[in-house]
Order: sequence, then C-alpha cells, then structure tokens
Amino acid sequence: MSVPEQRTGLSLVPVADTKGTKKEYTSDQEVRWCPGCGDYAILAAVQSFLPELGLRRENIVCISGIGCAARFPYYLNTYGIHSIHGRAPAIATGLATSRPDLSVWVIGGDGDFMSIGGNHLIHALRRNVNLKLLLFNNRIYGLTKGQYSPTSPAGMLTKSTPYGSVDHPFNPVSLALGAEATFVARTIDSDRKHLTETLRMAAEHRGAAFVEILQNCDIFNDGAFDVLKKPETRDTHVVRLQHGKPVTFGANAERGVRLTGRGGLEVVDTAKVAQDTLLVHDVAHTEPAIAFMLSRLGNVDDGVTPIGVFRAVERETYDDQVQAQVDHAVTNDGPGDLAALLASGDTWTISS
Amino acid sequence: MSKQVRQRERVIIRFAGDSGDGMQLTGDRFTSETAEFGNDLSTLPDFPAEIRAPAGTLPGVSAFQLHFADHDVRTPGDRPDVLVAMNPAALKANLQDLPAGGDVIVNTDEFTPRALSKVGYDANPLEDGSLDAYQVHSIPLTSLTVKALESFEITRKDAERAKNMFALGLLSWLYHRPVDSTLAFLERKFAKTPELAKANVAAFNAGWSFGETTEAFTVRYEVKPAAMTSGLYRNITGNTALAYGLIAASVRSGLPLFLGSYPITPASDILHELAKHKRFGVRTFQAEDEIAGIGAALGAAFGGALGVTTTSGPGIDLKSETVGLAVSLELPLLVVDVQRAGPSTGMPTKAEQSDLLLAMFGRHGEAPVPIVAASSPADCFDAAVEAARIAVKYRTPVFLMSDAYLANGSEPWLLPDVDALPDLRVDFATAPNHEKDDGTPEFWPYLRDPATLARPWAVPGTPGLEHRIGGIEKADGSGNISYDPGNHEMMVRLRQAKIDGIAQDIAPLEVDDPTGEAEVLVLGWGSTYGPIGAAVAAVRAEGGHVAQAHLRHLNPMPANTGEVVTRYRRVLVPEMNLGQLSMLIRARYLVDAIPFTRVRGLPFKSDELADAIKDVIEHERA
Repeated sequence: MSVPEQRTGLSLVPVADTKGTKKEYTSDQEVRWCPGCGDYAILAAVQSFLPELGLRRENIVCISGIGCAARFPYYLNTYGIHSIHGRAPAIATGLATSRPDLSVWVIGGDGDFMSIGGNHLIHALRRNVNLKLLLFNNRIYGLTKGQYSPTSPAGMLTKSTPYGSVDHPFNPVSLALGAEATFVARTIDSDRKHLTETLRMAAEHRGAAFVEILQNCDIFNDGAFDVLKKPETRDTHVVRLQHGKPVTFGANAERGVRLTGRGGLEVVDTAKVAQDTLLVHDVAHTEPAIAFMLSRLGNVDDGVTPIGVFRAVERETYDDQVQAQVDHAVTNDGPGDLAALLASGDTWTISS
Repeated sequence: MSKQVRQRERVIIRFAGDSGDGMQLTGDRFTSETAEFGNDLSTLPDFPAEIRAPAGTLPGVSAFQLHFADHDVRTPGDRPDVLVAMNPAALKANLQDLPAGGDVIVNTDEFTPRALSKVGYDANPLEDGSLDAYQVHSIPLTSLTVKALESFEITRKDAERAKNMFALGLLSWLYHRPVDSTLAFLERKFAKTPELAKANVAAFNAGWSFGETTEAFTVRYEVKPAAMTSGLYRNITGNTALAYGLIAASVRSGLPLFLGSYPITPASDILHELAKHKRFGVRTFQAEDEIAGIGAALGAAFGGALGVTTTSGPGIDLKSETVGLAVSLELPLLVVDVQRAGPSTGMPTKAEQSDLLLAMFGRHGEAPVPIVAASSPADCFDAAVEAARIAVKYRTPVFLMSDAYLANGSEPWLLPDVDALPDLRVDFATAPNHEKDDGTPEFWPYLRDPATLARPWAVPGTPGLEHRIGGIEKADGSGNISYDPGNHEMMVRLRQAKIDGIAQDIAPLEVDDPTGEAEVLVLGWGSTYGPIGAAVAAVRAEGGHVAQAHLRHLNPMPANTGEVVTRYRRVLVPEMNLGQLSMLIRARYLVDAIPFTRVRGLPFKSDELADAIKDVIEHERA
C-alpha cells in the first residue's frame, strides 16, 4: 500500500500545453490593500511565479481565511475560496485529500495561522497534507485596525495593549518544526528573488510546506523588519541558510554559527575558529532538533534572523495514503456493490 | 419433562446487567434470532456514557430492551414483561418499570451482602418478600455457567463472563428462538480463540438445556411470526442505516463520499461504519476538531465530492460558523446531527429532540438551511438519501436530524431495490454562462437556475471556469465582492427564496385519519413517530378518533402543512424538548398548537401519549 517514491508536490497535477503568463494569473478584481502594503510584493511574486510551474491554471486552488492577507485569492485568476478566520487549512485538507490532481495553496496571516486557526495549522503540518501554507506575518492585526497578534513582540504598544503587550509571542518557524512539518522555510516580502526561490521549493515539496513570509504593515507596524531590509543592517542580521553550506553571515561571511557541545548554538567570528567546526546546514536531517535551534537564533531587534529552508524531509503524505487505501480496497475487494452492502450481515426472506 | 406452551401476541424483554456483563451483545443476539424467526421488532439499548462505571453500581447498569410481536411493532415497548437482572444494581435500577405479575429472572450468585449494600438494599429482595408481586425465577447463572464449562481450558474469569450466553440460551429456549445464527456468530467472534468459542457455545447450550430441565420454568412461550411485506430483510440500527444511506447517495449521484468528522457520542458509529467502505471510494477524515471536520467536508464539496459531517449537538454549536459559510458559498453539504440530551454535555447516550431550533436558526445573519428528519432506525437510510438529494440539487447545506434513540435502536428493514433509489446525478458546469460587454465568454458562479435558484457547481480542474467564492457578500450573478445595499437585500431574499422553494419539490404532508371524523391532529417529527403511532392506534382501538401526521421536512415544511394544521380543531405536538416544533407551527401558521413534552432522555411511552391524546379529545368534546 505504499506510495510511489520520488513524487514531487506537483506530480499529479496536470501540466499545461503552454506556460501561462502573469496577466492570465491576474484576476480582474481591483486590489484593495493599503498603498505600500507588503502584500502587493507577495502578490506580484506569486502571479509571476505560478505560471512558471507550467501547471494547468484550472488545477490550482488558493484558499484563505480572514484578514488582510486573506483577500489574496480574489486577485489570483485560479480557483479560490475566501473562507473563515483560521479554518483555511482544514478546508484545504478536505479538498487536497479528495482531489490529488490539484495544487492547493493556503494563505493566512498571523491571526489566521498563529491564533484562531493554530490548531488546524499544526494538524495539517503533522499529517503532512500536500498543501502549501504561506504565512504572511506582519506581527499585527491589520484588518481589525491595529491590535497586537500572537507574533507581536512582548511589550509592544498597540490599541489593545496601551501599557505594552504581556503576551509571549510564537516563533512560527519553531512552532512548525515542533509540529514536525516536513518543509519549513522563512523569507521576506521585499526580497523577490529569495521569495520566489522559496516558493518554488515549497511547490515541489510533496507534503505540507510551511513558509513564513515576513511582511510589512505600513499602517500599524511599519518598519517591523527594517533591520533585515536596510542595506546598512541586513548583512549583519540576515542569515541565509543554504543546504550543504556552513551557516555564515555578514558581508564577507565574517560571522558563523556552530554547535556548542552543550546542546545549543553560538555565533562566532569565522576568522577565529576552524572552518570545519562551523555548522553545515542540512535541510534533510531526519530530526528537526538542529533546525529548531536555528529557528531560535536571536530575534529581529537585537540579533540575527535566519531565512531560507530550515527543513525539507520526505515523509508519506496524508492524502497519498488515503488514496492508496482506497485504491487498495478497490483493487483487492473490487468496487463497491450497493445491493450487496445493504444485504450484508444476517438477512432473512419473508415470502407471502 | 414436557412443558406447557403458551401463545403470546407480543413480548417485551429487558436485559440488564453491569456494563461489563455483555448485555448489549446479548440483546443484539436475541434480536437477530427474533428477526430471523420473522417477528416484527423494535429495540432500545440504554447504556451509560461511562465505558466501565464501577462494577455493581447503579450508574454502571447497562440495559437492552426488545419488543417483538406477531404484528406491526412501532416502539421498543413501554414496560417489559420480562426483566433479566444480572445483579442487584440491575434489579434496583429497572424494577420500577416492570408491571405487577411480570417475570424477573435474577442471577442469584451476585446477590451477596456486599453487592446488595452497594446499591442500598438493607435486606435481600429475593428473600424479604418485596418481589411478591412478580414471578421471580432465581437462578445461580454464574455458578451454573462455571460448572458447565469445567471441562474447558479457560480461566475462571472467562468462564464467568460466559454467563450472558447461558442467559441467552435460556431465553432463546423460553421463546422458541432459532439458534443457528448465534452459534455461527460465536464461532466468528472467537475465531482466534477456538477454546473460548467452544466454551461460549457450551454455555449457550447449557442455558437452553437448563430451561428444558429446570422446574423454575413450567411454561414456554410462542410468538408467531408477523405478517410483513414479502422481501429480503435485515435488522438495522439507525446509525448503520444512515451510513448506508450516505453511501447510496454517493453511488446514485456519482459523487465520491467525503466524511469529515470528530468522534462524539452518539454519532461516532457512522464514522466507524463509513471508514470500512473504502471500496466505494469513501474517504473518512477524523479531524482535529468539529470545526475541521465540517471545514474539510466543505473543501471536498468545493472539489466535487459529496461532503458530509456527522456529529451531535455540542458539535453543531462548533460547526455553526462553517454552516453559515456553506450557506454563502452555496455548496452541497450534509450536516448530520444525532441529537442527545443537552444542554452542554447533558446526557451523551440519551435521546432528545432539542436541537430543532438550533438547526433552524443557530447561525448569525439570515442563513436558511433545509432540515430533514429521520423517523425510525431504518428510515435513517431514506432520510439520508433525501437530504443528499436536496443538498445536491439546491447547492445548499442540509441538516439531517437523527437522535440517540434512532442511532442505537434497531428494527427489521425491508431492503430497497437499489435501482429504484432516486437518481441524484449532477450536471457540473463545464462552460462559460455569461458574456462580457465585449462579447468575451465568462463564468458567473452566482448566475442561478431560474427554476431551482441553485447556482452552477463548477469544480476545480474545469478550464475557463476559474472563480473565487467566499463568505463576503457577493454581487448577484458575477459573485464578485459587493457591499451594495440593494444587492445585499436581493441576495438575502434570493437565498431565502431558494430554500423556501424546496417546499414545491417535496412530498405533501400526509395525514392518517381513517374515519375522517377526527377533530384532533397529532403532529410529530423525528423519532417520536413510533410512540405516536402506537398511541394513536391505542386511542382508536378504544373508539377514539384522532388523526396523525409526521414531518420528514422541517425546513421548509411541505406546502400543504398550513392547510393540514388548520383543518383540525386542535393540534397536539408531542416532542422530546420543551416545545420547539409547536413554536414553529404557532409562529408560521397562527395555530394554537398544544405542546406535549418530555425530556427524560428516553422515548415517549405510548400509554402516556395515548392519555394525552385522550385528554385533548375529551377537552374538545366538553
């Protein structure tokens, strides 16, 4: 009953005769985000990137919850559902499990995925449903006009926390790794190339692919990720994870990361340590422990933020296994016979 | 010793024992033997929610009641003729239901001082004369079973556990039941442990032989087969019938069945049943919670599946928001509510009909949802097919109402001809249905069928019909986001009109009024069908005139409902709630419907219902 190996996330999705264009993937609906919102950059990247997958557009479905990010499906000329706050991963699970021929994308904000729908997210990840889950993390509630979110830093002043938030935030990458997601990545709205690369790897991954996109809300949390974007600070704060390469950062890779021997990571000057003591990034490590440590590195304000793929491992997907059980039953027992089913068990005949 | 044989038209037996005594199994087997023999029957399992409450206590008592007869049986019976009590707790918990003169078969081995004091007996009721009004058969069931199994290489505990088969053997002898199906069942059940299989068969046979030889029973009984429509029958519970109905709807519609569900009493058996039938393409998804269960079903419906979610009242509370989304998306979805006693956790294994108004109104906004209710265990099959028909044809969520009594109760079922079941095939949208101003074809997801007001169902994978739908108000036709006041008004009324219009597409409410002289109508819905029918028959047998009607569709109600309820001087509405249907009837038809309500977690007793009907008739006459 095992599922064939070497399937990618797109293996069962029909291929288009000709590649589509960004224009074809753009719906006729007027985009209604605030001017300057990071969502525009993500939308443009996705509209350009999806056609490159070469899939039949009608076999792509985008499902969202509620929030600013959740308007996303309206602007993509594919099939789509704008659903209920937090529930998009559950709805998408039903669709993906019943339709293996679809490429299903789930869009949510930090309210959708980290708060009201946290349960659905972790279960979709643990089951490894073949879904691409994009978290637009702006660390604020935008559509409800400026309350703190489960990813807002402690102490943050917002409309609902005039004395500062006393909530300890979630680190979405840590959470996803804790749920044993098979693909976990982080990227930034303004880094088009990195964003597109990351989405492509997510699309090809067979199973649940979780991508945290750090996204600017220029109205309620403007500049939240500036330190990762500005030329004068980004090199010293962004750690670009690359599979098979030592984990280093800085304009000339002058800083690096290594295991401490006490079960942790430390940042070191690469000039002062032997090169072979640096941590070599391995996305395919069966255990998520080192990826988890990397996800804990610093934070945006006073430390470093790793971006890229934290983890990409193979594990059978929920939907493939469900399909395999159905196929197995049909092959072994034959297709169902309704009359025979109804007459199963103890029966008796009454004749007049 | 030859025994006297007496004829009986009907018998009601209640098996009662500790949760671990196997009373449900014993009842099931006796039911199968009885069905095979050709009696009509109805059963009522009555068990605690606790899996194993402390042994020998009143909360741990599990019972199974069976009513069988040589004629049409409508209910599991009000009061047992025979009580089988496996311990003092079972006797104490059930004796008050037994009429004077009834038979009590007790397992004397369990009537120890400790067991007696555990349930508050100061003296042994078998010895203090308190059972003088009954025919008591004191039998040491446990020790007789152990003795009969001495030669088997099984533990003493396993031997003791076989006492339910001894009791079943005895009762099977007492009522002339055919035994082959039980013997075959035991071989199957203990196929992996042949010694246990042989021991249980031996216990069963020992019980039978005990009946033949003991002086405790001087009479055997015969209940002749009932006259039933000819055909192939099986016995079926409501939950199994409902699961089969869903599979039938899938087969007849050509839509793969997708169940999203979270385990909950008393609905879980539907999930268990459907999980077995993957060869029908059935996918069952045990979700992380109730909300995910319905969400996944709705997602599958978007993809062209027959989406179903099964639950009980607490689950409906949680699913409400998604039901509202389904109303807005206008996708087919079945929401099965196996009602139980509420509020909150209530009594999970006990029946109630108190979710009617929840199904009717339990959503924010104007969110009309059709409601279909099953009236008997076997009727759960037809009700499921009908609910699916409405959902698929009108692209709407539909509530399918069952309850704990229907779910676990059983009755003989005349198997339907599968080719005669309704044709539920769907026409998916395959081409654009509208033109832009410049003549370019496009797809409008909310351009309605003028007859049904249903919108087109275009599933992903269909080229050229890419569209986005959501919970935000949509422009009539195009389905684009719209905050236009006039459009919202139109859409709210269109959604309501679509559901209201279903009234023209369902069978009219039938009235059973044989003499045409009735001035009182008894109107019911759901599982009260059996008790109401029995009560109405009793009233008529005494010369009373009363009409009966039963609603399969609660929303919309059949088009002639107003005419029916205004035709009679009084309308009596028996319900297992505080008057939810009567409230709807009053509100909708300005009829002064009289509620008759009970919320004990158990079906109505037909004699109390008959008294209530007679009271109303008397009152009218006075």
